[in-house]
Amino acid sequence: MQATLKPSKPRRRPSWSDFQRRYAPYLFISPFFILFFAFGLFPILFNAYLSFHQWQPGTGLGEMKFVGLRNYTDNLTDPTFWQSLKNTAILALLSGLPQHLIAIPLAFAIQGGLRRMQNFVTAVYFLPYITSIVAISVIFFTLFSWQYGVINSVLNALSGLPLIGALFPSEKINWLGEKEYVQSAVAMVVVWRYTGWNMLLYLSGLQAIPRELYEAASVDGATRAQQFRYITLPLLRPIMFIAVTLSLIGGLQLFEEPFILTNGSGGAGQAGLTTVMYMYRTYASYSDAGVAAAMSWLLFLVIGVLTLVNNRAFGRSGLAGRD
Amino acid sequence: MTTAPTPDRPARRAPSLDGKRIGAYLLIALGALLTIAPFYFMFVFATHTRSDIFQLPPPTWFGSNLDENYRNLVERVPFWRNLWNSLYLAVLTTGFTLFFCTLAGYAFAMFSFKGREVLFGLLLATMLIPGTLNIVPYALIMQALGWIDQPRALWVPGMASAFGIFLMRQYIGSSIPRELVEAARIDGATEFGIFRRVIVPLTGPAMATLGLVTFVQSWNGFLGPLIIFRTAETYTAPLALRSMQGIANTDWGALMCGVALTVVPLLILFALASRQLIEGLTAGATKG
Repeated sequence: MQATLKPSKPRRRPSWSDFQRRYAPYLFISPFFILFFAFGLFPILFNAYLSFHQWQPGTGLGEMKFVGLRNYTDNLTDPTFWQSLKNTAILALLSGLPQHLIAIPLAFAIQGGLRRMQNFVTAVYFLPYITSIVAISVIFFTLFSWQYGVINSVLNALSGLPLIGALFPSEKINWLGEKEYVQSAVAMVVVWRYTGWNMLLYLSGLQAIPRELYEAASVDGATRAQQFRYITLPLLRPIMFIAVTLSLIGGLQLFEEPFILTNGSGGAGQAGLTTVMYMYRTYASYSDAGVAAAMSWLLFLVIGVLTLVNNRAFGRSGLAGRD
Repeated sequence: MTTAPTPDRPARRAPSLDGKRIGAYLLIALGALLTIAPFYFMFVFATHTRSDIFQLPPPTWFGSNLDENYRNLVERVPFWRNLWNSLYLAVLTTGFTLFFCTLAGYAFAMFSFKGREVLFGLLLATMLIPGTLNIVPYALIMQALGWIDQPRALWVPGMASAFGIFLMRQYIGSSIPRELVEAARIDGATEFGIFRRVIVPLTGPAMATLGLVTFVQSWNGFLGPLIIFRTAETYTAPLALRSMQGIANTDWGALMCGVALTVVPLLILFALASRQLIEGLTAGATKG
C-alpha cells in the first residue's frame, strides 16, 4: 500500500452491498449454531451440572441439592449398573463381530460375482437399515416365540436333516424367556439390521481400489491370495476402521432393540438390560435425574476409552496406518 | 512383490460358472433370503388371527383375516392419527433441515469469512458427541419449556443437522462454479437473492438425498418421541405399536397390521429412490 499524497480524496462509504456481503455468511450459519448451543451444548453442560446434584424432576429447579460425587458412587456401588455395563459390552461384541465377519465376504462376493444385479441386491441388503427398529423388533418378537415361533420351527426342521443336523438344536429354545438366550436373540436382531449397512461400507471401499493395481500385480505373477493380502487388505483397512468404530459406538448405546424385545423389562434375569435402558429407567421410572445424568457420563467414559483403544489398535497410528 | 512371471503359468480364465462362483451366488442368495424373511412374515402375520399366528407349524402363507385385524387395530389405537403425527413430524423436520443446512452449507462452501475453519471444525466435532449425554437433559429441558406432547420438541432441535451442513457444503463446493455467484453479485443481486435464485435450483440432487435421509430418520425415531409424547393422540406410529405390545394379551394380528402400515410407506419410498438414499446415508462414513 502506498500512502497517497492527496488528502482530499474522500474514502468510499461502505455501501449496503459490502455490508451484507461481509455479514451474510455469519447470518447463514447462525441458525445451526444457535440451535446447537441451545439444544446441544447447553444440555450437555446442564447434564454435567445435574450429575452432582440430587433432584426429582417436576419439583422445580429450586429443589436441586448439591451432593458432590454421590451420584457417581451410587452408580459404582450399584450391582445393576455393573450388570447393565456387562450386558452392554457382551451385546456390543456379540452383535458387532458377526456383522463384520459376514459383511466382508459378502461384499467380496457381490463385488466379484455380480454385474447386473448389483444395485438390486445391495438395495435388498440395505432394507433392514431403513426400517423402523420398533417395527423390526415387534416382528422378531413373534419369530422368537418359544413354542410357536418361526425360528424354532426352522431350527428344528434343520436339525432333522442328515449330516448337518447335528449343528442345530433339536430342543426348542426359549429365546426371550431364559437369561442364557436373551442376549443371543437381541444380538441376532442387531446383526440382521446392520450387516447390510456394513456390507455397503465395505463394498464402497472395494470399489475405490483401482483395477490397475490388481492387473499390475497379476502381471508380476502374484496369486489371488497374495493380491488379497498385499492390495485388498491394506487398502480396505481405513474403511474397516470406520465401520468397526461406528459399530462400537452404536453398540455401546444400544437401546431400542433390547427395549422392545424384552418389553421394556430387561428380560429374564435382566440379561437384556443395557446401560442406556437402565439410564432411561432411572430417569423415567425412578425419577432420579442426578443418578441418570451421572450414569450417562460413566457410559461416555467407557465409550471414550474403548474408542481410544480401538484407535490405538486399528487407527492411523496402529494397524490401518501400517503396510 | 517382484517375482518374475513364470512362463508356464496359464492365462487367467474368463469367469465361468466354476465352484467359487456358485459358492458366491449361494452366499448372496442365502443372505438375501434371511434379510427378506422377516418382512415376508410381517405381511403373512398381518392376515392371520392371533391364535393362527401362534400355532404349530406357524403360518407361512396369507390368511383371510386382514380386514378383521385392521378393524381391531383402529379400534385399539387411533392409528391413522398416529401415522399422520409421524408424517407431520417428518415433513416439518425435513423441510426445515433442508432450508437451514443448504443455507449454512452455502456459506461454508462459497464465502471466505473470519473464523470459517474454526467454526466448521466445531461443527464436525459436534457429530462425535454420543447421544447418550443428551437424553436426560433433553427430557428435562422440554419439560421446563412445556413442550411435552408438542411435536416442536422434536423438529426444532432436529433442524440443526451437522451432517446435513457437511453434505451440502461438499456438494455446493464441488458442483457450483464460483463465477456464477460472482456474476450474480455484479448484477446487483442481494446475498439471499443469490441463495434463492442461483444456489437452491442447482442443489436439487443433494437436497433430495439429504431430504430422504432426514425423513427416514425422523419416521423411524423412537427414543425421542418416547420421551416427549405421553398421550395416545400425540403418539407417532412406532410409539403406538409399542403401546399395543406393552399390554397383556396383545392382539398380534392387529399389531402386525400396524407394523406393516408403518413399514410400507418407507418400502415404497425406498423402491423409488434407493440409490439416492443409500448414497446419502453412507456419504458421512465413506467421504469423511
